[in-house]
Amino acid sequence: MAQTDLKLLGGWFSPFALRVQIALNLKGLDYELIEETLNPKSDLLLQSNPVYNKIPVLLHADKPICESAVIVEYIDETWTNAPSILPSNAYDRANARFWSTYIDDKWFTPMKSLLMAEDDEAKKALFGQMEEALERMEDAFNKASEGKPFFGGDTIGLIDIAFGSFLSWLSVIEEMNGRKVLDVAKNPALAQWAETFAADPAVKGILPETLKLLEFANALKLKWAAEAAKAK
Amino acid sequence: MADEVILLDFWPSPFGMRLRIALAEKGIKYEYREEDLRNKSPLLLKMNPVHKKIPVLIHNGNPICESLVALQYIDEVWNHEAPLLPSDPYQRAQARFWADFIDKKIYDLGRKIWTEKGEEKEAAKKEFIGALKLLEEQLGDKAYFGGDNLGFVDVALIPFYTWFKGYAAFGNVDIDAECPKFIAWAKKCMQKESVSKSVPDQDKVYEFIVEIRKKLGIE
Repeated sequence: MAQTDLKLLGGWFSPFALRVQIALNLKGLDYELIEETLNPKSDLLLQSNPVYNKIPVLLHADKPICESAVIVEYIDETWTNAPSILPSNAYDRANARFWSTYIDDKWFTPMKSLLMAEDDEAKKALFGQMEEALERMEDAFNKASEGKPFFGGDTIGLIDIAFGSFLSWLSVIEEMNGRKVLDVAKNPALAQWAETFAADPAVKGILPETLKLLEFANALKLKWAAEAAKAK
Repeated sequence: MADEVILLDFWPSPFGMRLRIALAEKGIKYEYREEDLRNKSPLLLKMNPVHKKIPVLIHNGNPICESLVALQYIDEVWNHEAPLLPSDPYQRAQARFWADFIDKKIYDLGRKIWTEKGEEKEAAKKEFIGALKLLEEQLGDKAYFGGDNLGFVDVALIPFYTWFKGYAAFGNVDIDAECPKFIAWAKKCMQKESVSKSVPDQDKVYEFIVEIRKKLGIE
């Protein structure tokens, strides 16, 4: 279904923008992808997201929608063709939203801190937090999937999108630290899920390459370190 | 077919208040259970093993955690009356955005106002008033964020008004003067029975804050 009034202000490096792209792809929607460098932020971005000045922003007939979780639900509610991103049952929907929030809070937060951490002790604690989150997600997956390939069942759902969007950054963290976090021995279900997710037509081709992202991450670390030094 | 609805809560929690208001708006009978957060009940630990926090809504034995998640659940299940979210997807997105904004800003900034000192406190105050002003802009000329009736954002936001006496006193900030439109909206909400019967007095919350500050050793 062709759609010419959709614009996504995104960035190839942004897992949050990736979430929106996956949702749009799942619904078979055409959209114009506007790559933001964030340095500087475009006028369109500043106008469209005056509250946070962040990507992603979805513009639908020039009306902006901000915050990835909000955008994904908007897409699901506006384009009601299959697949449904949120489950139809109210309790399952609550469960999907619960885990989606959990991922932003308990998975992304230590992941981001790990990127910046230099101290071995601090890193150890952060890896511990990520491993605990993984255990919970493995359990959540087993309950939600009911033997099917995705958290959403037969097709990608809200939790898949929320969690899967971080897979490339997870590989970067693993590379940088020379250790596996998502381990097939410890998290067999999630390890399988990650492969299935990455191979899905809605996802394949838009996941950033680990090496390219690693380069980007290293540059970001230097930038943050310089800013921190200046602030002292 | 009788629904069994239990709310595990803590009386000064703005997050718990959200659910009390929503349940009242929809005329849903429920059992309120007060939790002692220093001695959490086995039921709470069982129903919210991930965060061990209140509020937890338990519907026919099934737990729903996280107040905004539970708010949407209440709205979807008991959709016969008092809809909280609008039907238009774009307006729903706006409501969700602002509820999320409230979660990101109001509680943490408010907390900093009554726990921090000096520069940190001043910065939090400034950002807090800024957030209220942004919300005032969103309200515009409407009676409520939800239009003619209480909506998702109203329910998400009004509980924090019960903490304002504390914020104003310990933050040394005249919220009435800085954000008169916000205060007018809040007072209008408080005139609704579903709100006034669901939330504690500002004075009671203020005393609670005084107690905590003592316990935390804040002067």
